[in-house]
Amino acid sequence: MSTADLAGWSNLAISTATVVYALALLAHVTEWASARQVRPVDVEAGVRVTVPTGAPLPPVAPGVEPASTDPPDRSAVYGRIGLSLTLVAVGIHAFGVLSRGLAAGRVPWGNMYEFSITGALAVTVAYLALLWRYRLAWLGLLVTGFVTTVLGVAVLVFYVPAGPLVPALHSYWLVIHVASAAVAGGGFTIGAMASALYLVKSRWSGGYLDRIPSAAAIDRIAYRVHAFAFPLWTFAVLCGAIWAQYAWGRYWGWDPKEVWAFITWVVYAAYLHARSTAGWQGKIAAWIALAGFATFLFNFIGINLWGSGLHSYAGI
Amino acid sequence: MAALRGRERGIAGGAPRQAPAPPLRPAEFLRWAWRQLTSMRTALMLLFLLAIAAVPGSVIPQSPVDPLAVARYRLLHPALSGWYDRLGLFHVYSSVWFGAIYVMLMVSLLGCIVPRVRVYWRGLRARPPRAPRNLVRLPAHQTLELSATPREVADAAAAELRGQRFRVDEYADEDGRLVVAGEKGFLREAGNLVFHISLLVVLIGVGVAGLYGYKGAVIVVDGQGFSNTLTQYDEFTPGGRFNPADLPPFSFTVDAFHVSFQPDGPQMGAPRDFDADLTYSTSPGATPRHYHLQVNHPLEIDGTSVFLVGHGYAPRITVRDGDGHVSFSGPVPFLPQDGSFTSYGVVKVPDAQPTQLAFEGYFLPTLQLDPRQGPISVFPDELNPALTLLAYHGDVGLDDGIATSVYQLDRAGLTRFRRPDGQPFRMQLAPGQTVTLPHGAGSIRFDGVDRFVKLQISHAPAKVVPLFGVLAAILGLIGSLFVRPRRAWVRAREDQPGRTVVEVAGLDRAAGGDLAADIDALSSRIRARSGEEEEAP
Repeated sequence: MSTADLAGWSNLAISTATVVYALALLAHVTEWASARQVRPVDVEAGVRVTVPTGAPLPPVAPGVEPASTDPPDRSAVYGRIGLSLTLVAVGIHAFGVLSRGLAAGRVPWGNMYEFSITGALAVTVAYLALLWRYRLAWLGLLVTGFVTTVLGVAVLVFYVPAGPLVPALHSYWLVIHVASAAVAGGGFTIGAMASALYLVKSRWSGGYLDRIPSAAAIDRIAYRVHAFAFPLWTFAVLCGAIWAQYAWGRYWGWDPKEVWAFITWVVYAAYLHARSTAGWQGKIAAWIALAGFATFLFNFIGINLWGSGLHSYAGI
Repeated sequence: MAALRGRERGIAGGAPRQAPAPPLRPAEFLRWAWRQLTSMRTALMLLFLLAIAAVPGSVIPQSPVDPLAVARYRLLHPALSGWYDRLGLFHVYSSVWFGAIYVMLMVSLLGCIVPRVRVYWRGLRARPPRAPRNLVRLPAHQTLELSATPREVADAAAAELRGQRFRVDEYADEDGRLVVAGEKGFLREAGNLVFHISLLVVLIGVGVAGLYGYKGAVIVVDGQGFSNTLTQYDEFTPGGRFNPADLPPFSFTVDAFHVSFQPDGPQMGAPRDFDADLTYSTSPGATPRHYHLQVNHPLEIDGTSVFLVGHGYAPRITVRDGDGHVSFSGPVPFLPQDGSFTSYGVVKVPDAQPTQLAFEGYFLPTLQLDPRQGPISVFPDELNPALTLLAYHGDVGLDDGIATSVYQLDRAGLTRFRRPDGQPFRMQLAPGQTVTLPHGAGSIRFDGVDRFVKLQISHAPAKVVPLFGVLAAILGLIGSLFVRPRRAWVRAREDQPGRTVVEVAGLDRAAGGDLAADIDALSSRIRARSGEEEEAP
């Protein structure tokens, strides 16, 4: 197969994966919508309980499947359809990323399009990897929604044909620096979704929200994912600094990309501190995590599109 | 990092009304201020301030990063620039207010770290804490009845806990019961402290590099040379303690420069590779050596590094003045403005008679006439080179002794040449072409095209200090986030001859572990080690 064929297969795979993710998203939307009629279920006892609006819900241990009380539980069926479609999509998606790398003859993260598809893959893989351990199925809606959006934008806006790299990127640090940034970014994304759902869950209840773990359990998962991503982000910034020393003659020069990487680092550091400070735990900490994710996204999208600086070859 | 400042307590809530407190004595006030500064709330505020304070530097051009962009900005926004200067917004990261924030953050950090190092040091040498009176109240506990003696059970428990890397203490309490106390997970706080101390190390390393290092940029035309003295630099940013006499006396010549661009396909025009052959000598008279300079592969001379960071075109231009004398001749670097290497440049001819001359305009490596935009460059390689210039006469602004950029034209004292119909006198030259200026002011000839390389030359001492600082910080961070400190107690007493009641309990000092399951496992291991068969529950 020639590289042009591979590039064509890659484009086809990424577009197909986007569509399959969109179908998975649709299944998850139906899953949430059809849970509206389901009355709250005490998942530990498997007994129905009536919960006054606004009252704290019985704690749900993560890892305990909600007991199905309505024999044809449509919501759960749609959830499983969504998950199956996600598994299909991630396979096609991974093939698309891999063939893109083979077509270009290098790691598939040399420009914004490639970073988007690789980063989106990191998000889905992080979700699926944690799915079994933490029973993250309730994140399905947010994950498929996010990945569909990212892939859609990548295909429609960021797309550039596969090709070789500009000289500044000829370095093995590209592999380490960008890979660690992508995985940390995947972690931040999952963490932000958990924090967002934590905020929703601690404010509202009813419908599907009654089937997901308790706010406290979601908060714990959010913390664990962030605690994993933060050292990795530190490492990614360090690798960037070492590479910058080789490429540009200084390890830290306050280039806009570097400034925002630093801001992201500081905000997530504040999140980890806030989580262990009285008066800042819970909602405030969750908002800080979302602010951190916003700075991360801005660094990737805003700085690449509107910023100038040494990282601007990473643009479209 | 989690729970670095565990002593923090919320003060919100309905405080009872009190008589107004007596004014604080100075010592009390200082102590109060110190408490405030080192509190977690303040540290969090300072972290947010730091994040926000870093933002303007990514929006406004920064003179240490891109002095040319700052100069351009000043020309475009003179009024705003005055305010920016007052606020230090053109050098945010070395401004007083940015420094104030991180110095406060560092003081706050120290104020937190130092007492905690002391506490940790004491804790390291202390025996594991004694068992609480009521083990049943702990989050995880179990009670066993075994036939082994309390001594045997205690020995079994101690051996088991040591095997799980607990630090173990055995004693008999006031009721004569044998107690085994264990504690582990000291690496969490150690990691926590290492992380924060490492941040200080990184900052010190960066500070030293900033004080004693320097960074400069120079444009060298292919075939020309450079010797490492201050006057040869186009841009130079010295550290606070830098001494120009410390510049190592090396020199080099750019022998040949090679560049290739993607000639076809969707990425047409993208740079593929560029590199330069240098001949350098470490000091005057030293043996010349060759080096093949590439992106990502700097040349190291005496702790100073030379980096290839860019390239561009330097059209060779000859200007004759109104008297017919050659008043300027040579290559002039034009700075690339876009991916097709449309390059902007300025020629200043202060020696021209009877009036000084100046030219500004664009070099287009591959000229194409666009029906709407006029002449544009469509490819970065030199396929159909052309110069389009505007010509000026008057005062080029070099006589009053104020340093000006060679890449910018101050038009204040200059007048544009105009055609008889009043339009600006615009010229377009191909290599070898000459254009005569109106009113017998002289002529300009485009002799040919050279290329230049943009080199960054920098000296960053103590690079390894921040490097190892960050590595230590990451290791510390991993310890502080993933090590779970835990305490465990086993208490045994003889209930009646041949029957020992054993209480097993544990306490996690960081959330996230499955304490209950581990205490269950510990109990059955003790049972097994005490020589008991697994009992049916």
